[in-house]
Amino acid sequence: MRTEDLIKALDADVRSKAMPLRSAWWMAAAAAAVIAAVVFFFTIGPRPDIMIAMHTVRFLAKFVFTLMLATTAFGLIRALSTPGASTARAAAWMLAAPLLVAVAVALELFMVPEPMWSTRMVGSNMMICMGFIPLIGIGPLAIFLWMLRYGAPTRPVLAGAVAGLLAGGLAATFYAAHCFDDSPLFVATWYTLAIAILAGLGALGGRFFVRW
Amino acid sequence: MSGKDEAELSRLMRAAIAGDERAYADFLHRIAALVRGFVRRKIVQGGVDPEDVVQETLLAIHVKRHTWRQDAPVLPWIYAIARFKLIDAFRRRGRRIEIEIDEIAETFAEPETETVSERDINRALDGLPPAQRSVVSAISVDGRSIGETAAKLGVSETAVRVSLHRGLAAIAKRFGRQ
Repeated sequence: MRTEDLIKALDADVRSKAMPLRSAWWMAAAAAAVIAAVVFFFTIGPRPDIMIAMHTVRFLAKFVFTLMLATTAFGLIRALSTPGASTARAAAWMLAAPLLVAVAVALELFMVPEPMWSTRMVGSNMMICMGFIPLIGIGPLAIFLWMLRYGAPTRPVLAGAVAGLLAGGLAATFYAAHCFDDSPLFVATWYTLAIAILAGLGALGGRFFVRW
Repeated sequence: MSGKDEAELSRLMRAAIAGDERAYADFLHRIAALVRGFVRRKIVQGGVDPEDVVQETLLAIHVKRHTWRQDAPVLPWIYAIARFKLIDAFRRRGRRIEIEIDEIAETFAEPETETVSERDINRALDGLPPAQRSVVSAISVDGRSIGETAAKLGVSETAVRVSLHRGLAAIAKRFGRQ
């Protein structure tokens, strides 16, 4: 088939429609949030003393970290799924969440006496954290990887890893409402590991599933 | 390669997305020439047929046109897809290349030349289910319209459109992977 002939076929298909990628990403984000919420409320749910916890800075700070991660990853993944889009600024914003956590860790180390550091870091339910963040995030990750297939990421592995960070940020936002360990030392260790699992799965998905 | 090209191509693409067939044909011819110029300059040794990459890029541009933001420039979008497909073509043949995106500024449009080699796209076309294959080849190779194809195959125009769309999507997916 000559290129001329191919153009005839493409031209005849001009009226086929697909939802613009930008709108599709917002729908995907909404669907992912609903799935994460359903899994969260039907499994562990929020901690019973959440109304009291909401008056503590450490509890609220967790949501600042996780929402910052989710928001910045959402910005980056939309750029990564669009060919030719500039990603530098969105990528730089990805530093915001780790920097916030780093500042919080420094403050915590300053305020909490040294003998308590390890207790705070180990916390009371790190295995639940390591299990449930990936569990809540796996559905959203599947949606985001499917969205990458719908888009056109020229760096699929990186885009997949960012899909994992986005799913991780979303899942951790819900999980944070359950978790009793509010110390930044705990968050910096176990949340990071749990989210890294999702990022790794996302990178694998990007490698083997995101083809276009 | 200039701001004039960019403005004209964006205008044609917007018209195409609104359903204008003539604008789309014009757009596809122009970008085929641009992509051909880009790809030929990049492929200095053998192994990859430039026209295969041109065709694969056109298919990708078609099935991924919803990823272009209408307020963004269209040329960086086109070249990002061409570059991705070119790297992919080399990778499939077990070679790695690095392509500097800055070099696209020196690209010149080139016309298609007849080649005798077997096209990748023909293999993808042959792998389609018979109904899709007959629709795609009637419209492309035989140059028939949707209406003529429907009459010839004895099906509705809607069925022809659906088969054409699915067939093209399948070809884009299978390209070079069978």
